[in-house]
Amino acid sequence: MKEIVIDPITRLEGHGKIHLFVKDDGNLANAYFQVPELRGFERFCVGRPVEEMCRITTRICGVCPDAHHMAAAKAADAVYGVTIPSAARKLRELMYNGFYAGDHTTHFYALGGPDFVCGPDAPKAERNILGVIAKVGLDAGKAVIAQRARGQRIIEIIGGKKVHPVTSLPGGLSKRVTKEEQQEVIEIGRQMVEFGKFTIKVLNDIVLANKAYVDLILSDMFTHKTYNMGLVDANNKVTFYDGMVRVTGPDGKERHKYEPRDYLQYVAEHVEPYSYLKYPYLKQVGWKGMVDGIESGVYKASPLSRLNVSDGMATPLAQAEYERFYETLTGDRSGRTPVHSTLATHWARVVELVFACEAVLQQAQDDEITSDKVLNPPTGIVGEGVGIVEAPRGTLTHHYKTDGNGIITEANLIVGTTNNNAAISMSIKKAAEGLIRAGQPITDGVLNRIEMAFRAYDPCFGCATHSLPGEMPLELIIHEAESGEVIQTVRRF
Amino acid sequence: MAKPKLAIYWAASCGGCDIAILDIEEKILGVVDFFDLVFWPCAMDIKYDDVRAMPDKSITLTLFNGAIRNSENYEMAHLLRQKSVVLCAFGSCAADGCIPGLANFCHKQDILEYVYHKSPSLDNPNGTIPQVECRVPEGRLTIPEMWDSVFSLGQTVPVDVIIPGCPPQSDQIAAVVATVIDILKTGKPLPPAGTVLGATDKSCCDECPRERNVKKIKKFVRPFEVVTDPDICLMEQGIICNGPATRSGCGAKCVKAGVPCRGCYGLPINVRDQGAKMVSAIASVIDSNDPEEIERIIATIPDPVGTFYRFSLPGSMLRRVQS
Repeated sequence: MKEIVIDPITRLEGHGKIHLFVKDDGNLANAYFQVPELRGFERFCVGRPVEEMCRITTRICGVCPDAHHMAAAKAADAVYGVTIPSAARKLRELMYNGFYAGDHTTHFYALGGPDFVCGPDAPKAERNILGVIAKVGLDAGKAVIAQRARGQRIIEIIGGKKVHPVTSLPGGLSKRVTKEEQQEVIEIGRQMVEFGKFTIKVLNDIVLANKAYVDLILSDMFTHKTYNMGLVDANNKVTFYDGMVRVTGPDGKERHKYEPRDYLQYVAEHVEPYSYLKYPYLKQVGWKGMVDGIESGVYKASPLSRLNVSDGMATPLAQAEYERFYETLTGDRSGRTPVHSTLATHWARVVELVFACEAVLQQAQDDEITSDKVLNPPTGIVGEGVGIVEAPRGTLTHHYKTDGNGIITEANLIVGTTNNNAAISMSIKKAAEGLIRAGQPITDGVLNRIEMAFRAYDPCFGCATHSLPGEMPLELIIHEAESGEVIQTVRRF
Repeated sequence: MAKPKLAIYWAASCGGCDIAILDIEEKILGVVDFFDLVFWPCAMDIKYDDVRAMPDKSITLTLFNGAIRNSENYEMAHLLRQKSVVLCAFGSCAADGCIPGLANFCHKQDILEYVYHKSPSLDNPNGTIPQVECRVPEGRLTIPEMWDSVFSLGQTVPVDVIIPGCPPQSDQIAAVVATVIDILKTGKPLPPAGTVLGATDKSCCDECPRERNVKKIKKFVRPFEVVTDPDICLMEQGIICNGPATRSGCGAKCVKAGVPCRGCYGLPINVRDQGAKMVSAIASVIDSNDPEEIERIIATIPDPVGTFYRFSLPGSMLRRVQS
């Protein structure tokens, strides 16, 4: 038995690690994905006032603090049994869509994009954001920086701070938005929609016009037929800030649709001794190990999942893209037939990006957002609340119990990436099985294809900072399990 | 001439410091142009072994964000200290322990038991807890050891420069970067060890535009219980605000947005402990001389320790719960 260790694979709120065992004949024996860190938020939130959760749990992830801010705020509203003013709800949703518009942009261009825009087999020196700019032009690079700044500006206007927003309180928001600020957000929304159209064009011209890429997206090596999860609105359309959780099967049929407060009836978490990260699965289907299929409770929660569980998008441009997505990949534009190709997650992210941009423009034009009434101070207390939003990388659940004074007595958090822990592990294994074969050398191409298997899931891996020089360098060290002797080293930096 | 070398590392952190660096937007291109970026796990996966292979003191500047909470964080703090001329505690986690430092309210065993034995969504019939070393059918797997306490970077290795904030604000980062580049270009002397950059010497109250009328109060209220006056000091409206015990430099963003300061910029100059400073600030705002009434008023503050030490428990005089 030989071992291949990729350590660190970074950007899972710290560090990740892949450990591959290779049989003496050169074929894969097994693959393990490990998360080596636990910070213990659920435990140390106990004793803190529930209204502080949306300022504490933002520090779970500085890439998507806005998701934690919103889930915590909604859970705290529920703890106090308070309905927030209509203007506050609209502002929170507007801010959240602004966040999505920036976050999805970063991922598509800086991380996921290079594999398609430059090509999976492009020289490694070109397979990065600079390669993307070389291909689509310097103006595009500037447009990406500007789009990202637009998202951050909306967060700053409504949330008070670009990184780690602060304004949500149980009952609404701590500050209103002025008419001048509204005008600024409307203008930002217009620019965002233009950017969304531009991104569709980039996708069409460079990715979809190339049959080889479409074939790659649809290839078996990057396919897992699992359940899907995502929030939907009253019309079963994709939504990020608020809605019901819908779960569909590998066959596309609705399996569950539930209110956030009922999540414990549907989701449970498995533990393995070699990783600090738990493995959520569908409780009523059951844990059958890290396998796909209708009998296995493993599910995905991602941009692709959200499209798969929904009946469409609530804005016109995004709906047209949704239909084209399914028409191209399944032949049925209705979206009834799910797409299981992990790499199609990148395209799904573009559909959501367009939706977020359109939603910002639409919602910013609602004059109610400049209302004075943004806080409805709670008068009673329920003592328990669940808040669910869609984080960019999956359904995010915050669940709090409190004493009669609103002090946390119990907290449970199921975080976006965590939902996909089993699916990511499976994707890595499947890619490794296909690539690590008897008699075949492990080349740079192997590294990139293994990366592509998990890259589709997790914008954290290539968070915004990937816009800086070059690709993610990796090193594979293959050595004898017993003696530790190094058999082969592959470096890509 | 070879470019100065820059490293950016994250230990127990959230990634927000890295995003804040990115928020300096096009100025980041100047940074990449001036420095040779040799290690930044967030952007480039240079391995730990590569850092180990670098000569001592070969990295001109390391921006280290994140607290120290496991064996890997500890090892990296020592390694980067050894390899760097200037080691900067970047952001509140490295400077003071920050939110991850709230874990010092409990013990490692409490955390493991809660997460793997008590959490309501758990399905763990065998009571499995992740192990530092674990046998699987094919061989052996390892993960870092989690520690009982969280530490700041300065409690672990000597630190040369501190840039406070959760995260440091991007305008401050841009200004510090410009200063550092100027120092390196002109050969000016480095600031003395322990220098705080990217902040001022005053308190958050000095940046706060809200009016203070030296008004005293009879009870404290929670931030959501009242619709606050946007122009009056929050403390004088009965809301606990850590402004008096917090260094300025953030632009008083939270108080301007209608919520109290929670102290992310750390200690003002000449203050040793944020909690002790808050006790004195609170004493001065309470409208009573009657010990019993004072006690009643104080009792209206929820979670005083978790609030006063929100960002600085590991580096404070308390450090952690003892029992």
